[in-house]
Amino acid sequence: MTGAVASTAPLPPRVELLRPWGRWGLRATAITYLLLVIVAPLSAVLADGFGTGLAAFLRDVTSPVALSALKLTIFVAVVTTVINAVMGTLTAYALVRYDFPGRAVLNGIVDLPFAIPTLVTGVMLVVLYGPQRLVGQWLQSQGIEVIFATPGIVLAMLFVTYPFVVRTVQPVLLGAEVRQEEAAFSLGASKWTAFRRILLPTLAPALISGCLLSFARALGEFGSVVIVAGNIPNVTLTAPVHIYGQIESQNQQGASAMSTVLLALSFVLMLIIDTMQARRTVDRG
Amino acid sequence: MANEAVLRLEGRSNRRPRQRIGEVVIITIVLAYAGVLLIGPLAAIVWGALSSGIGEFVAQLTSPNAIAALQLTLFLAFAATAINTVFGVCVAWVLVRDDFPGKRFVNGLVDLPFAASPVIAGYMLILLFGRNGWLTPVADLLGVKIVFAIPGMLLATLFVSMPFVVREVMPLLAHVGTTQEMAAYTMGAGPWQTFWRVTLPSIRWGLFYGISLTFARAIGEFGAVLVVSGGVTGYTETATLFIFRALDDRNPAGAYAMALTLGLTSFVVLLVMEYFKKRSSPMPS
Repeated sequence: MTGAVASTAPLPPRVELLRPWGRWGLRATAITYLLLVIVAPLSAVLADGFGTGLAAFLRDVTSPVALSALKLTIFVAVVTTVINAVMGTLTAYALVRYDFPGRAVLNGIVDLPFAIPTLVTGVMLVVLYGPQRLVGQWLQSQGIEVIFATPGIVLAMLFVTYPFVVRTVQPVLLGAEVRQEEAAFSLGASKWTAFRRILLPTLAPALISGCLLSFARALGEFGSVVIVAGNIPNVTLTAPVHIYGQIESQNQQGASAMSTVLLALSFVLMLIIDTMQARRTVDRG
Repeated sequence: MANEAVLRLEGRSNRRPRQRIGEVVIITIVLAYAGVLLIGPLAAIVWGALSSGIGEFVAQLTSPNAIAALQLTLFLAFAATAINTVFGVCVAWVLVRDDFPGKRFVNGLVDLPFAASPVIAGYMLILLFGRNGWLTPVADLLGVKIVFAIPGMLLATLFVSMPFVVREVMPLLAHVGTTQEMAAYTMGAGPWQTFWRVTLPSIRWGLFYGISLTFARAIGEFGAVLVVSGGVTGYTETATLFIFRALDDRNPAGAYAMALTLGLTSFVVLLVMEYFKKRSSPMPS
């Protein structure tokens, strides 16, 4: 959905379809809209984050609660991304290469997390895994806590980010030649060797963008996590929920500082994704 | 699709029994993972919402607060979708057909709402329009209350659902090119006529897909709306906020009923999305 766009597609040959004022009018409308909806709010946060000086910013970000929230968020997002890399690739592989009952249903259901509100995801997970609930009770008797603990946060993030790797890898897999792999088999390579040496290098750029997208999404996830995590400071409080807490307790400085850190992380991730996509389109062209 | 069929046929020839086992293992893992991750929670919420009877479910949904919340959600979703459709097409057109310094930067800005946490999106609006906000004087001058009122919630919804139409329309716009538009011009059509009769029909499925994604995101938005709403029951409470408050008030029946309603709505939107996506996908690979 998000990544694979022809944003850097070559411009069509320069034609003057519109009179200059029409072109300028559209350009001005588009830029004004983006300024209003995106740039103005963004600069307000960044200005506020650094507005009180670097020392105050650092103090807010390195406070024990903020620091542990940040660490937890990054840790959980990394775990989520690694699982997505494996399961997402496997899902895409099964969808493209194999025919099995339920394939069409699975292909449709992959997009479900894009449609389901994240808060509803959180509620669903609590109903399923919460204490004294269907599966939750059984898991608890085995000594596994899911809700109000880190596994619950991972589950929520996995649900929400499931489509990213599948949907970035799938089109590349669809376009990959089976012949090269068959040549490898006929030369005696095992299925795994053929996958690792031939298919994986082809998939790598798409796989990495998918992973980065799901990592960025996991970092910012709020709706499902706030329900599932229990939000205990220093234990299950993630960075976005920390920001929410700071806003609720009227601590503007703390909220702005953490927002700035998360936004900076997202910027870097987006920059990497953008550069990779630009390179991929050049390679293809 | 034809390409896919060929791939699968090629894969089937000269297959050894060991590969068959590998195939079954991969398919089983993928289906089990999707089942546990996606279907399990869905089944749980259906059970959770209906376990105390259909009567209770309907009673919860027809309470005055629930109806007000659903109405507000629908209003915000329709308004945000309409605005983002118009401006989204405009932004997409400018990014594909126009060229100006800083275009790549503007293109990057469009993805920002995907990467930024929704909590931060809401918080940005508080900083802009709250006490001592940069744009508070402007809002006061116009006599509109933005934060803790519906206009702020609309702005929050606009922010988070901004990229979809732009990102779905851009590749199609790049793909159809300008030849047909040129032809229309040569035959004497004006810019509007060309847009309605030539450009719009060729991008329509992608546009519809983008619109359905925007709508799904808008009805499900929680974090951004939570922060700017101020949570006035019956006035600034959307369906997601209703769920959140019901959980807080120890009214799980209400929360589950509303969660199931939103989940089902999203599911319908998803079906519509899949249809549009199929129609918009015949693009050259």
